[in-house]
Amino acid sequence: MSETKTGPGPEARFRAFLAEGRFMIQRSVSTGTHVFYPRVAAPGTGETDFAWVEASGMGTVYATTVTRLRPNADGTPADYNIAIVALDEGPRMMSRVEGIAPDKVTIGLRVKARIAEVDGAPNLLFDPA
Amino acid sequence: MAHTLRGKAAIVGIGTAGTGEAPGRSAIELLAEASIAAVADAGLTLADVDAIFTATSVHAFPTLSVGEYLGIRPKYFDGTNVGGSSFEAHLLHAALALDAGLCDVALIAYGSNQRTAGGKLVSMSEQQVWEAPFKPRHPITAYALAASRHMHEFGTTRAMLGEVAVAARAWANLNPHAFARGPLSLEDVLKSRLVSDPLSVLDCCLVTDGGAACIMTRADRARHLKQKPAYFLGGAGAQWHRTISSMPDLTITAASESGPRAFAHAGMTPADVHLAMLYDAFTINTILFLEDLGFCPKGEGGRFVQDGAIAPGGRLAVNTNGGGLSCVHPGMYGMFLIVEAVQQLRGRAGERQLPTCDVALVHGNGGTLSSQVTALLGSDATL
Repeated sequence: MSETKTGPGPEARFRAFLAEGRFMIQRSVSTGTHVFYPRVAAPGTGETDFAWVEASGMGTVYATTVTRLRPNADGTPADYNIAIVALDEGPRMMSRVEGIAPDKVTIGLRVKARIAEVDGAPNLLFDPA
Repeated sequence: MAHTLRGKAAIVGIGTAGTGEAPGRSAIELLAEASIAAVADAGLTLADVDAIFTATSVHAFPTLSVGEYLGIRPKYFDGTNVGGSSFEAHLLHAALALDAGLCDVALIAYGSNQRTAGGKLVSMSEQQVWEAPFKPRHPITAYALAASRHMHEFGTTRAMLGEVAVAARAWANLNPHAFARGPLSLEDVLKSRLVSDPLSVLDCCLVTDGGAACIMTRADRARHLKQKPAYFLGGAGAQWHRTISSMPDLTITAASESGPRAFAHAGMTPADVHLAMLYDAFTINTILFLEDLGFCPKGEGGRFVQDGAIAPGGRLAVNTNGGGLSCVHPGMYGMFLIVEAVQQLRGRAGERQLPTCDVALVHGNGGTLSSQVTALLGSDATL
C-alpha cells in the first residue's frame, strides 16, 4: 500500500485552470475516455491515468428548462435557462445557455462554452454556436 | 423463484398525524403521534417496539432523536436516508432484520411540519458543487429537465402530464383526508403558471405537514394481531446518480432496475398488481415509473395515462389517496405510499376502496430521480 498523490485534487486543479481562462478536462490515457466532473478515478472502472486536455468547448443541449421568475423591478424578464449540455468529448454538465431567449433554447442546439464569472467564481456558460 | 424473504414479515399497524396542516406542531411531534397511532392500530404497546427505522429532513441522527423522544432503546436501528424513498428501503431492511431475528417489532416513521414552518421544501442536503452555481431550483429544475427530454424523445405533451394531475385529484376527491380537493380539469392544469418549463404549478406536488408510521413484525406473529396483515412480498432499491446532470439517461430511471428485482423477489409481474402507489413529486414521475416498472413500454407513459386511465374507474389504479400531487407531501412522501397501500390491502379505504386489492406496489423516489426503491405488499391471498 502506498500513498503517492499529493497537492491539490482534481476539483481544485479544474478550478485553477478556469481561473487561468482554460477549459480543461480529464482524459484517461489508457481508455481515451473523458471524465467530467473532475475525479480522482474514472467512475465505474477506476482508471487513474488521467491527463488534462483542452476541451473543444463544443456541445449539444441534452435537456433544457426555463426558470420562471417575476420580472425585474425595471420590467425586464428575470427568467433564465438551465440546461444539461453534452460536451463533444462525451460527458454532460449542467450550465446555462445565454445569448438567446431562455425559452428558445431547444434540445439539440449546438452550443459553445465561455468562461465567465458565475455566482462569484469562474465557471462555464454556453452560447449558441 | 421468489426470494426467501417473501411473506416472512408483514405490516401490522399504520398511523398518520397532522396530514395537511398542523400549525404549532413540530416534525418530531408529528412523527411521534403517527408512531403512537401505528402502535395502537397494531394492538401493541410502545414497549413492544425494539427497532427503529427513520429518516427526516431535519434530523442529522434521526434514530437517536426518535429513540430518545419515544423512549425506545432499540436492538436494531437504521437511519438510511435516500430521500423520499427511504421508507421503502426501510421496509426491506426491517424485513431482513426481523427475519434474522435481530429484532421483533420494527417501527418505520416520518414526520415534517414543512408547510406551517415556512411553506418551502426543507432539505438538509449539501449543495451540489457542479450544479448550484447555475442556480437550479431543485427539485423542480431536475424534474423539468427530465420532462423536457421525455417530450423530445417520445412526443409526450403537457396535456399528458396534466392527465396525471387530474387523475390524482379525482382520487383525492374520494379521500376525506386529502389536502387538495375540489374540481380540477385538464384545462386548469394547462392554464396554470409555468414554474420551470414544461412544468406548471399544478404539475408539482403539494407542500404539506404530516407524519406517518407503520409497524412491521414477523408473519407468524402478524397473523395473531388485531389487523389483517399486509405481507412484504419483495423489495429492491437501485441508485444510479446523485445529481440530475449525472443521470445516465433522463428518460430512464433506476426504477427499471429496482422494479424487476422487486417483482422477481415476489415472484410476480406487473400484471399481478391491483394498486400502484408511485411517488408523484411531479407529474412526469408517474409517467416515468409506469414505464420503468413495466406497466407500459418505454416512451408510452404519456399515452398510457390519457383518457382517465389511472383515474377512478380507469385501467390501472394509481395513487388512490390522491398522491403527492393532491393528498399529502410533507417533504419526503414515501411513508404515505405505504400507509395507503395497507389501507387498500385491508379493504378499509372507504369510498376509494378498490373492489379487489390483494397486491400493491409501492414505489419510492428520492433526490432528483436519484434513488428508486420498489416494494410489493400483499394480502394473505398472495401467500
